[in-house]
Amino acid sequence: MSELSVNHLLGIKYLKESDIQLIFETADHFKEVLNRPIKKVPSLRDITIANIFFENSTRTRLSFELAEKRLSADVVNFSAGQSSVKKGETLIDTVNNILSMKVDMVVMRHPNPGAGIFLSKHVKSSIINAGDGAHEHPTQALLDSYSIREKLGDVSGKNVLIVGDILHSRVALSNIFALKLQGANVKVCGPKTLMPKHIESLGVSVESDLRKALNWCDVANMLRIQNERLDISYFPTTREYTQQYGVNKALLNSLDKEIVIMHPGPINRGVEITSDVADSKQSIILNQVENGVAIRMAVIYLLASKIK
Amino acid sequence: MSQKVLLSSKEINIILHRLACQLLENHLDFKETVLVGLQPRGIFLAVRLAKILKEEYGVETIDLGFLDITFYRDDFRRGDKTLEANKTKIDFLVEDKKVVFIDDVLYTGRSINAALTAIQSFGRPREVELLTLIDRRFSRHLPIQPTYRGRQVDAINEEKVKVMWEENDGEDVIYLVKK
Repeated sequence: MSELSVNHLLGIKYLKESDIQLIFETADHFKEVLNRPIKKVPSLRDITIANIFFENSTRTRLSFELAEKRLSADVVNFSAGQSSVKKGETLIDTVNNILSMKVDMVVMRHPNPGAGIFLSKHVKSSIINAGDGAHEHPTQALLDSYSIREKLGDVSGKNVLIVGDILHSRVALSNIFALKLQGANVKVCGPKTLMPKHIESLGVSVESDLRKALNWCDVANMLRIQNERLDISYFPTTREYTQQYGVNKALLNSLDKEIVIMHPGPINRGVEITSDVADSKQSIILNQVENGVAIRMAVIYLLASKIK
Repeated sequence: MSQKVLLSSKEINIILHRLACQLLENHLDFKETVLVGLQPRGIFLAVRLAKILKEEYGVETIDLGFLDITFYRDDFRRGDKTLEANKTKIDFLVEDKKVVFIDDVLYTGRSINAALTAIQSFGRPREVELLTLIDRRFSRHLPIQPTYRGRQVDAINEEKVKVMWEENDGEDVIYLVKK
């Protein structure tokens, strides 16, 4: 197995376990490249990639752009804010116009779930989903699993807890798919109002008591409270959320074992986790960011090698 | 498909010792020299030569690394398959050192061309030499020649030179395979 089974990365749902392993093995090599004095390889010098962002992003966009540049691809950036989208141009028209300028690959973030899947059916280009609404964020889940694998040696058999707004989180959904595919045990924890109905059907268990859940897990992935998606009040106040679902150093120290803390960023310091937890030795938040570039290089490299 | 033995285990052993002596003649104590085996097949030869130099010729320390050239190849997206990478392990400085590339077979020269680009990511070597066990004459696509060669072979393009190592393939032997 030396080739991805897909031509686009639209979601973890469409991947096989062997795809994930191939991406990880390739990312291992790119991680070594990123530690060289010159952190660049010429593989993709004849590939042009458009980063199309219909929604704000700093780390994902920067990470993709760095990954593309480290692979020597040509990069064009596009944000919906300053574009003809404002004038009423449709998504397919926008992308087809970009593609007619000989672009080989599109990295897209869009507020609507399924935007990437829709696009992949209508345009001739390899698509990477960089987040589509509350649906999926596959590269984030890949780098999360990769970071667990790096820290604990393996993902299979590990107990992973996802805490917070499961309802609106594309990170949660992609993570659940990725972790289950690799044989991890997954538990979710958060306010009932932010817990999707029938979440158990994805093979995860639900726990409302944070302390119990933390005592169970090897890794806790603390999701961000996404104020921009909370159109109605899902919990009384941020302070109350923090009291019930926030992690602080005292809580961590009172657990039976030392667990690993993750966060997809950007952190609301003092809400999901306190500063001393975010900056502690148990946190691998910055490793996640570092691994993000290697993972995205691997995904782009493997998809680009399928463009004929 | 038929194959004939180009070099036997005994012949390979003699050649390895000769190559080790030639390296020794040019580099003496290997303080300013690093050996770099090219992945995937050059690493066995590199490890063997380093072992002979240490155990039989008393060289105390040799910097030995492995270089993978996959991401530097000029045929990305030109074949049917995704090019699969191997591990690069260079945990020493290359800056201002004499680098000796070690590979089993020199054929078109394209791998060495890629390796010359790849090694620059680790610094600027003072000079680069090339050691190859088998040099396939008249088949070069680029102006690249070995500094040290084990055996020169005239093989047509349809033929393949297969180098087997005891530690990987069960025995030391080199075949010329006709398709």
